[in-house]
Amino acid sequence: MSNVPLLSVESLNVEFSTSDGVVHAVNDVSFSVHSGKTLGIVGESGSGKSVTASSILKLNTGITASTCGSILFNGKNILGVDDKSIRAIRGSEIAMIFQDPLSALNPYYTIGNQIIEAYKVHHKKVKRTEARKIALEMLHRVGIPNPEARIDEYPHQFSGGMRQRIVIATALINSPKLLIADEPTTALDVTVQAQILDLMKDIQRENGMAIILITHDLGVVAETCDDVAVMYGGRIVEKASVQELFNTPTHPYSFGLLGAVRSLDNSARGELQTIAGSPPSLLNLPSGCSFLPRCNYADAMRQQCSSSVPALQNVLPTSSSSACHLRTESLNVLKIKEPS
Amino acid sequence: MTTFIARRLLFALVLLAAVSLFTYLLFALLPTDPAALTCGKNCKPELIEANRVRLGYDKPIYEQYAQFVKGIFAGRTYGTGDIAFTCPAPSLGYSFNQHECVSTLIGKTFPVTAFLSLGAFILWMLLGVGTGTLAALHRGKWQDRLTSVITSIGVSLPTFYVGLLVLFSVVIWLQWLPFPHYASPTENLHDFFTAMILPWITLAVLSAASYTRITRNGVLEAMNEDFVRFGVAKGLKNRTVIRKYVLRAALIPIVTIAGLDFAALLGGAIVTESVFSLPGMGRLAIRSVTDSDLPVLVGTTLVAAVFIVLANTIVDIIYGILDPRVRLK
Repeated sequence: MSNVPLLSVESLNVEFSTSDGVVHAVNDVSFSVHSGKTLGIVGESGSGKSVTASSILKLNTGITASTCGSILFNGKNILGVDDKSIRAIRGSEIAMIFQDPLSALNPYYTIGNQIIEAYKVHHKKVKRTEARKIALEMLHRVGIPNPEARIDEYPHQFSGGMRQRIVIATALINSPKLLIADEPTTALDVTVQAQILDLMKDIQRENGMAIILITHDLGVVAETCDDVAVMYGGRIVEKASVQELFNTPTHPYSFGLLGAVRSLDNSARGELQTIAGSPPSLLNLPSGCSFLPRCNYADAMRQQCSSSVPALQNVLPTSSSSACHLRTESLNVLKIKEPS
Repeated sequence: MTTFIARRLLFALVLLAAVSLFTYLLFALLPTDPAALTCGKNCKPELIEANRVRLGYDKPIYEQYAQFVKGIFAGRTYGTGDIAFTCPAPSLGYSFNQHECVSTLIGKTFPVTAFLSLGAFILWMLLGVGTGTLAALHRGKWQDRLTSVITSIGVSLPTFYVGLLVLFSVVIWLQWLPFPHYASPTENLHDFFTAMILPWITLAVLSAASYTRITRNGVLEAMNEDFVRFGVAKGLKNRTVIRKYVLRAALIPIVTIAGLDFAALLGGAIVTESVFSLPGMGRLAIRSVTDSDLPVLVGTTLVAAVFIVLANTIVDIIYGILDPRVRLK
């Protein structure tokens, strides 16, 4: 595999002007994804993860959205291309699937119609009968039993898990190089969740596509991702490999997140940890670290934390980077001070 | 689907039976004697009694109703011998004011109302859905603000005011058109259009206002749907997404209201017909009220009800066609 990432996002900023003021949804976000790898973007609701993902396909098209920074895909700056070129990328090179499979399919058309449409829009010369064959193969591939009989049915005739499979089939029909999955399993029950994630991983192994998986479920991250970016208040606060995030988290927010997950370790202690307080309003972000009001570790640093936004920096001895004024030397102290 | 339609039609029939019964009760409830209305003020009592027997008003109300219903299916003959006359099926009674079968009167006036309604309907749907979509797609820009101002004015103006205003400005002040004189399209196409164009525009512009709003909201709502975003993410053209995803979803509430509005109009556009002197069913109905012409009043009410019920049924069936989720329930 080459060292040039398939996608690299540099200093992405997305703002929405609303009647209440400017919402700073994404602030100075940078990350990259390599072919065949899976990047997880985790964070609470409203942390900017979905907006980040939508920016990659230029889906934040409302007149009130303004995006700057650069998004390089295969060496091409997506933010600079015109409507026609981005349409050619959407669904063919970068595909996206959404959270709720129950509403992601158009209820007024058969699933076959929608999959064939997704194929034909990028293969205009292919005959419909040919496209139908390809759609059937794809449905078979994603595990829809008896696709010949079901291709002419409507979305509401399928279960939630089946619908997400159909959504995946639609998204992957053109063999994209990158799949952006925005909480693809949140609306599904746990067993179906595992099946869908397995399916995505299987296809990834076969065709070597990259996946950006947006989720707030750390269990899903642990199972499927290679690297993780933790988002908070529209910024990335920690970037790490999966192993390092779970073994040696370097940002107080990551501690909090991991404390809120039930695992064999902390279930012994009985209660799950929660992070007191609520995420910041993206309408008026604090001048310093946006996590400060909820941070248990700031103590002596409070002055610095409230005045300047910490930059992402490597935290030795790990290869993770963390956006926190508390540095490496404090890491072990932090571990000890973690509330129990 | 067939059982769905059959069930809907059966329900419609029951509803119509109930409507006809309640409408017919007018005869019993009104404080006037229907027989006394059959001739002028200075009417001999013998004539009134003769008419009472001739028209069947001497029978108890349930028998009258039974005869009325029978007349709808079999036609009805009034009186006997030389003075007998027949209203063929579907007979809705006999107007003693206009001396004609009610069905004949409705048959004469209905085409006018139908042409008026159909023309206005087509115009307002095009206008309303068009501007509504435009406003939604340019949300917050001047196109949206302008339509918002115009529709606010549109929904708050009464028909008679706008009708008179249009009539005054175009016919009397600017003299672009002669004073409307209705002629049927087979008789004189030019007169037909000059008589129809102003009422069409009046009705269309006023009704379009609310359709613009419904469409705008529907389109904006649909644009937030996940499947619309998924459609965009597939790489579809904006036009395709709007047509196949957004409008399709926004269409369903519009169809409901459009069906009912159109049906209500078919029952008689009373104000518009009066303002523009169109000899339609609305004017027939309003005249029957002022003249206490009970059979005509009952007849026109019943016909209007038929349209409403029919429209409801058709809307339901269209629903089934438009939305596969309804079809299978």
